[in-house]
Amino acid sequence: MTTTQTGARGGASPRNAVLCAEARLFRREPGNLFWILVFPPLLLAILGCIPPFRKVSEDLGGIRLIDTYVPVTVLVALIVAGVQAMPPVVTGYRERGILRRMSATPVRPSALLSAQMALHGAAGLVSALLSLAVGRLAFGVRLPQQPFGYVLALLLAVAAALAMGALVAARARTAKIAAAVGSAVFFPSMFCAGVWVPVAAMPDVLARVVGFTPFGAAARALDQAAAGDWPSLSHLAVLTAWAVLLTAVASRWFRWE
Amino acid sequence: MTTASSRATASGPVVEVSGLRKSYGGRTVVDGVSFAVEEGEIFGILGPNGAGKTTTVECVEGLRLPDAGRIRVAGLDPVADHEAVTRVLGAQLQESELQPKLTVREALELYAALYPAPADWRPLAERLGLAGQLGTRFAKLSGGQKQRLFIALALVGDPRIVVLDELTTGLDPRARRDTWQLIEDVRARGVTVLLVTHFMEEAQRLCDRIALIDNGRIAALDTPRGLIGRAAGSTVISFTPSEPLDDEEVAALPALASVEHKDGRITLAGTDETVNAVISLLARRRIAAHQLRVTDATLDDAFLDLTTA
Repeated sequence: MTTTQTGARGGASPRNAVLCAEARLFRREPGNLFWILVFPPLLLAILGCIPPFRKVSEDLGGIRLIDTYVPVTVLVALIVAGVQAMPPVVTGYRERGILRRMSATPVRPSALLSAQMALHGAAGLVSALLSLAVGRLAFGVRLPQQPFGYVLALLLAVAAALAMGALVAARARTAKIAAAVGSAVFFPSMFCAGVWVPVAAMPDVLARVVGFTPFGAAARALDQAAAGDWPSLSHLAVLTAWAVLLTAVASRWFRWE
Repeated sequence: MTTASSRATASGPVVEVSGLRKSYGGRTVVDGVSFAVEEGEIFGILGPNGAGKTTTVECVEGLRLPDAGRIRVAGLDPVADHEAVTRVLGAQLQESELQPKLTVREALELYAALYPAPADWRPLAERLGLAGQLGTRFAKLSGGQKQRLFIALALVGDPRIVVLDELTTGLDPRARRDTWQLIEDVRARGVTVLLVTHFMEEAQRLCDRIALIDNGRIAALDTPRGLIGRAAGSTVISFTPSEPLDDEEVAALPALASVEHKDGRITLAGTDETVNAVISLLARRRIAAHQLRVTDATLDDAFLDLTTA
């Protein structure tokens, strides 16, 4: 062994090194990549091939069902990434002592947590863009008419999804439990996002209740921005409140070992 | 066997633990442990399972918050100055893993990048016999390869102090001896080594001094030789006498710790004084001692003698 110092390693900061390593590992999980990046746009493509989805509906205010499904599949991508894919990874890192091993280095184990959140959040957003592209190119769905409002609602929805996933990871003791809890949260989230019935097509009372859930509010906000309106303050407020609340509870409950 | 470090430095101890106490849910695991490790020393922490060894070093690493007591690592508080301590202290932890799909090369590169002035990981990997496994994922490594990787990761930050918890667990005898040589080389460069072990041969070969921990307290703190000398019956003399010895005369031997008869062979444990007295007794009685063997007790004997079951 020598004491050769290789001090300046291209100026890469330790937290960056963690992010790069985690990005490489992220690419080695074909299952997660499929469910986050391929499944939501594929779902949109399949639905779009069913003729009734392409018919203009008076119930929906003169748009087609496929138009309402673009925001839905965008949210599906965020929910899969944040709630389904991320928690078992983070919980597994704690369960295997990987977070603890990092505690014994000059870098805090929070670097691993923030890398995981950044990667899953980014993958969710890439998938959202793919859904928009599939909708536009394959079925002529107009791109969001209020892009700034759309991006704002999207970012808040990413924050809420990641915070919800962090909360699952905080409470679950093992990766298996995290996966099970993640699935249990996944289906109601998908319902609220409008996978089975788009929120806009739900009965009035149900739509109002769903509007108070994070993904129900996100669905309404995305719908409004897609149609060219600025998302209503109440939906953005509900989404922000959830993101803040879930983050606060998750960081309070999170254990590093 | 290594002789005690002659590298006494004026700078004082590099690791200082005093009055350390830690309990989990009402059960006291570490109960008033104090010791000081000098720069360049290989200091062993030896003790039965559950004695509080790992908890003690985890407090030194700053991974656990002590209930009471004072710890200084290179003059720093491992909890309050955690980041500064991790820069000078490399650790090999018990029961930790890495990301299953991370390769050996990626792990070494990643951990090197976490330190301000890391060692070159290539010769380190070579030295630990990992050069052929650089592209292998962590999950595919054998137990011994994982262990060697963790030793490499403990050293890759080029630390002043390295804490090794169960260093050679899972290693085959050859890898174990290679690892011991590596630790001696690391120390020869001035690195202080804190070694947790329950493996006597390892402690006896490597350590300058050993703290024997039992039930959360230090039962003895001495050089390996000193510990062996402390055990009652540190010298064992055995032979087959040509005629039976008188039991009373045997019982009257000085510093005698134990007597055992088996198949006409007698085994006495005591000190050098006992040996001299036995030899003169045999000469006086004109009794021949066939297959006479005089052996020093081992650290094993001292361990069993100084700790409770």
